[in-house]
Amino acid sequence: MECKENWVDTRTVYIGNKEPPPGAEAYIPQRYPDNRIISSKYTFWNFVPKNLFEQFRRIANFYFLIIFLVQLIIDTPTSPITSGLPLFFVITVTAIKQGYEDWLRHKADNAINQCPVHEVQHGKVIRKQSRKLRVGDVVLIKEDETFPCDLILLSTSREDGTCFVTTASLDGESSHKTYYAVQDTKAFITEEDFDTLQASIECEQPQPDLYKFVGRINIYSDRNDVFCVFFRPLGSENLLLRGATLKNTQHIYAVAIYTGMETKMALNYQSKSQKRSAVEKSMNAYLIVYLCILISKALINTVLKYVWQAVPDKDEPFYNQKTDTERQRHILIRAFTDFLAFMVLFNYIIPVSMYVTVEMQKFLGSYFIMWDDEMFDEELGERAQVNTSDLNEELGQVEYVFTDKTGTLTENNMEFIECCVDGYVYVPDAICNGQVMPGSTSMDMIDSSPGPGGKESEELFFRALCLCHTVQVKEEETVDGIKMGIHQNKATSFYISSSPDEVALVEGMKRLGFTYLRLKDSHMEILNREDEVERFELLEVLTFDSVRRRMSVIVRSTTGEYYLFCKGADSSIFPRVISGKVEQVKARVEHNAVEGLRTLCVAYRKLSVAQYEETCHLLNSAKLALQDRDRKLAEAYDLIEKDFVLLGATAVEDRLQDKAADTIESLQKAGMKVWVLTGDKMETAAATCYASKLFRRSTQILELTTKRTEEQSLHEVLFDLSKTVLRQHGSMTRDTFSGLSADCVDYGLIIDGATLSAVLKPSQEDSSQGNYKEIFLEICRNCSAVLCCRMAPLQKAQIVKLIKSSPEHPITLAIGDGANDVSMILEAHVGIGIMGKEGRQAARNSDYAIPKFKHLKKMLLVHGHYYYIRISELVQYFFYKNVAFIFPQFLYQFFCGFSQQPLYDTAYLTLYNISFTSLPILLFSLIEQHINMDILKKDPSLYRDIAKNSLLRWPIFIYWTFLGVFDAIVFFFGSYFLFNNSTFTSNGQMFGNWTFGTLVFTVLVFTVTLKLALDTHYWTWINHFVIWGSLLFFVIFSLLWGGIIWPFLNYQRMYYVFIQMLSSGPAWLSIILLIVISLLPDVVKKVVCRALWPTTTERIQVASHFTSVTPLLAKCTKVLFE
Amino acid sequence: MMASNYNAKEEDGHQPAAIGHGGAGTVKNKKPDNTAFKQQRLPAWQPILTAGTVLPAFFVIGLIFIPIGIGLFVTSNNIKELEIDYTGGDMSSPCYNCSQSYSWNSTKPCTCSVPFSLDQPFESNVFMYYGLSNFYQNHRRYVKSRDDSQLNGDKASLKSPSKECEPYRTSDEKPIAPCGAIANSLFNDTLELYYIDPNGSRTAIPLVKKGIAWWTDKHVKFRNPGGNDNLTVVFQGTSKPVNWRKSVYELDPSDPDNNGFINEDFIVWMRTAALPTFRKLYRIIHKKPNMTPTLPLGQYILEVTYNYPVRSFEGRKRMILSTISWMGGKNPFLGIAYITVGSVCFFLGIVLLIIHHKYGNRNHSADIPS
Repeated sequence: MECKENWVDTRTVYIGNKEPPPGAEAYIPQRYPDNRIISSKYTFWNFVPKNLFEQFRRIANFYFLIIFLVQLIIDTPTSPITSGLPLFFVITVTAIKQGYEDWLRHKADNAINQCPVHEVQHGKVIRKQSRKLRVGDVVLIKEDETFPCDLILLSTSREDGTCFVTTASLDGESSHKTYYAVQDTKAFITEEDFDTLQASIECEQPQPDLYKFVGRINIYSDRNDVFCVFFRPLGSENLLLRGATLKNTQHIYAVAIYTGMETKMALNYQSKSQKRSAVEKSMNAYLIVYLCILISKALINTVLKYVWQAVPDKDEPFYNQKTDTERQRHILIRAFTDFLAFMVLFNYIIPVSMYVTVEMQKFLGSYFIMWDDEMFDEELGERAQVNTSDLNEELGQVEYVFTDKTGTLTENNMEFIECCVDGYVYVPDAICNGQVMPGSTSMDMIDSSPGPGGKESEELFFRALCLCHTVQVKEEETVDGIKMGIHQNKATSFYISSSPDEVALVEGMKRLGFTYLRLKDSHMEILNREDEVERFELLEVLTFDSVRRRMSVIVRSTTGEYYLFCKGADSSIFPRVISGKVEQVKARVEHNAVEGLRTLCVAYRKLSVAQYEETCHLLNSAKLALQDRDRKLAEAYDLIEKDFVLLGATAVEDRLQDKAADTIESLQKAGMKVWVLTGDKMETAAATCYASKLFRRSTQILELTTKRTEEQSLHEVLFDLSKTVLRQHGSMTRDTFSGLSADCVDYGLIIDGATLSAVLKPSQEDSSQGNYKEIFLEICRNCSAVLCCRMAPLQKAQIVKLIKSSPEHPITLAIGDGANDVSMILEAHVGIGIMGKEGRQAARNSDYAIPKFKHLKKMLLVHGHYYYIRISELVQYFFYKNVAFIFPQFLYQFFCGFSQQPLYDTAYLTLYNISFTSLPILLFSLIEQHINMDILKKDPSLYRDIAKNSLLRWPIFIYWTFLGVFDAIVFFFGSYFLFNNSTFTSNGQMFGNWTFGTLVFTVLVFTVTLKLALDTHYWTWINHFVIWGSLLFFVIFSLLWGGIIWPFLNYQRMYYVFIQMLSSGPAWLSIILLIVISLLPDVVKKVVCRALWPTTTERIQVASHFTSVTPLLAKCTKVLFE
Repeated sequence: MMASNYNAKEEDGHQPAAIGHGGAGTVKNKKPDNTAFKQQRLPAWQPILTAGTVLPAFFVIGLIFIPIGIGLFVTSNNIKELEIDYTGGDMSSPCYNCSQSYSWNSTKPCTCSVPFSLDQPFESNVFMYYGLSNFYQNHRRYVKSRDDSQLNGDKASLKSPSKECEPYRTSDEKPIAPCGAIANSLFNDTLELYYIDPNGSRTAIPLVKKGIAWWTDKHVKFRNPGGNDNLTVVFQGTSKPVNWRKSVYELDPSDPDNNGFINEDFIVWMRTAALPTFRKLYRIIHKKPNMTPTLPLGQYILEVTYNYPVRSFEGRKRMILSTISWMGGKNPFLGIAYITVGSVCFFLGIVLLIIHHKYGNRNHSADIPS
């Protein structure tokens, strides 16, 4: 018994840091971190190097650093400032932002670390700074104080050794949770008592899982000089987490076990997943293309340079000699430096500012989601929440929606509908939440009177439901969470539970005459029909878990009889039942399930004293295990929960969420395939699916369930189904044009967990097994809706993964509200959490969290759509404007002897991307609306127009690139013909190369900005301000830049160049002409495409536009035409 | 990176605001502001480019551009321009000898006369240019080979010119003024025009050398060091550019306002041309006060002092006489381009009108699924 298991993944904590009594075991002082929380990344000293290192780990920053270094080392056409300044700007802005955030974190950390805590030392309470707390310290926490570290609850001011806690700041659940003090230390209620306590706690090393904890407390006592040790298991119900707040309890004593960065809260700070959007992937692909273009440009120019120079006297004419050092350089080194110089000259083709702009766009853009009034829920008082802004545009690309049922599609607001005892149906007077339910008022309380024997089982059934739960009673005016008012004679009290089903059941029992009063001194008190209080001692609770899908309690009645009551899903109860009216109950359960009700079965087992003791033993040994406790407990439960007598079943209704059906319909119209993944049973789930219009009456249902696979082999079923589906496939393709028309036969597939795992099982012996996956996928692809029922949480993720990795690589979205949805939320491309009643785990792990399912519609159809078109334009435009910027420089090399002479002045090179053309596109990408949002919501089919990353496909990218090249050619050769050996001033004076570059640059800035203006469909005053403002800024800057002899520059090449240029009439005329020519093809292409091959989007745009201006315009054109 | 930080902040920002029991307080905090901006409902003008809306623009562009183009074209055609190549590449050319017997060090200038005739009289001011071909004034090594602060009169730069001027920075241990390849290769041919009267006598045509450089260049950007001091003294201790025959302060000894760095021929040369074939303003022939044309038709002689070698890089040298209108010299490009673009727009307008008429109705009446 005394043997000490010494493994690395446990820690031993001595309460009060007192040495254990001699003989217990060797006192091994362990080193733990202090209770300092460090959420900051940097310190004052390491900020600069660490931050720089982190920033240069990004490939883009690194690239520009390299360019900058090349410019510093070799003689390059542009000064290092041109790339150094933007890089410096980007790095500085990011560093300031990060530094500021870190400073805030430091401040917050300090505030937390220095806040006072009360520690119990040698029987006295002393104040201490929170950061000085050590593992093993006993602390005193008062009401409304926040726990400074992870603590084991030793005793409380409440008699029953419980305390209430909210974990709102941890997981957002604002309901009160009950925690229990360790049984043996409950009695230590003063500071002095703790001086006498000698105990140690063995527990696992810190783990981030908030809901899991295993440990063991060893209490040493040497009363009467007899040294003995008590062991007591500790679970998560004893562990108070840092960040949670004490409520409704005057004070508690607890011992610190995890401190500082080892607390579960701190361990949860780590960022979760790094999801990347499809847009980002295409962006990177484009970047690679541009890198190739860049390198090939530099290569071509280097080669041409040496070909050109091969003629003697070209390289070094008499007027332009090299220095001696240049001459002596080896030809290869010269060629290489030339290559690098060309790279530097053209490096702007890869837009440095694109990354910054994209990030700003995403970061700022995500605020529009949070600000959205329509996604605010009055009832919950919550608005949409953005946990990552990286995926905004992915919301516009969703092809598959995986949704949870309970709490997502449905309200998770349970109403007790009926119960069935031995086949007799009981319906409580249909009052729920104070509302009279229509249609059921005429029903009797008792459907049919049971026989004399029935009376007994009836009451046993009611008692079972009153006892077998984890509901708490709250006697208060207001409590957050689930409230169910019971208007008793005295104060209002509420039932509180983490499971709304249980509340509904207890509530329902109350209406049937059995009221659960409270749990007092581990006795549950029930008020029966005769207004007598019955007391049952609560001995054990075998808590619910989603694998077992049932829970049990063991109680002792006043008469001394031991009962095991169990309630759970029918599938988990029926196999364990040995007697009872199974047939009748089963029929009723199935009937209810078809109605879409949630059913639970109730059973009991009478235990003899011996059986009870055996049970206790089983449980305790499992609970005491430090390793594999979960598995051992499950085994123990499995042994205990058997040989049941079936009592009956209950039915609880979970109503559909507001507008769930409408949302699903919209999503389907938008071309998304909606899959429902639920743990519920097939009939219930199917009923919900019909109610939510996932399945319509016309939908042909294909079943792939255990029932069918029992009759036929899986192999045959699969082939059958695929044949049915594929036969229809030919006609399906025809229908894809007209959208999902109602008359085309659509299929709905129902599959259950067991069959799914059979399908997904990796092939063992024959190769045909491996095809199952593909056949299954083939079937799924042709079904408009799929329902997966009886899913384990991991299976949900498996399904998502399966679809994700199918050949088309569709974009998936998972939405759910409970802890069981977290796996699929993390797996899917976009994870959306519903801020539901089953806690906030889903919302915390999601990328976006919304209050209600119906908000998904706006999220995808409006926000997703907008963000997608915005970012795709942003990306394309960035490449376009940089091609148009750099290609003239490339062309210029052919006219300056491939000497890497830059066309534009340094200032223009530097500022083009960071100030002349940056703001309009950023603003465009924040507020562009190509279609009104009301239309987007009304007409979901518009979503199909942008499906499959359609705005970032290669043809469109190539179009934009060619547009950029075309514009560049127009700018360059337009200016070339103007300059070619002729004068264009009225005083006969000549312009030089800088005027040439300035002319090209002026045309460039105007064209590129106006191109964006032509693409803008939504002109607010901000757009006007930014677009015209940035053009004005360019002009003013140019005037200033050329208007002064700048003393800090060592060249004055731009002096009066811009002004002289503007003083010439032909320059103005050519600027206008070149802008018109560059914009013309794009306008024509747009107009012609819109007229001849309009997309749905364009048609709607025209339609909504013409409703306002048609009559006048139509008249005009008519007159013109005639 | 920004995004991930923002995440962290979000989590940090999980203030226990939701702890409050009553919903009311939290509701107020979390409810988004109902402003037009935050709800993305700012009033906006929502134009769309359709055939119908673009049509008028095309016609208007057509109607404006074509007249402008015609105007430009006519103006350009009215400009008289004469170009004479005096490189002397082939045997028949009068400058053949000079071009062959070239040496930088020769002290005796080589002159040649090129006769030419004007078919039409040149009215108004006539501008005389020299043109070079295949001369890469825009080569990077060349463009940067100058010291603007030296040219701006900075005395420190005069004594130690910028490194960019290499290898034309120093000569015989003395700094070169003006330094750099551009200055070193200053065009140094002298061109003179003579009118041959029908009776055979030559009249020199007055060539004005002022007003050929930008005003700002002459008065601000280029300054002699030490202001109006004696230039010979100022430039003491500097060396002339290796290719020059005389020092910078001897460029125009007759006129102190045109000597040294502010010599207009020098300034004109220092403005590097954009393309390898270029012309630079050399002299202006002002119109006569009476009604006679500036250059009447008849026989002329161009007297060239042939100093500048171009044979080595296969360059050409030209002399250009041109009148100037408001739009500059002869350049039919703008006019033609305007006429073309105007016509194309007009044509496109018609095409779009047809398209609009044929398909326009289909667009905004039928098949709108909503």
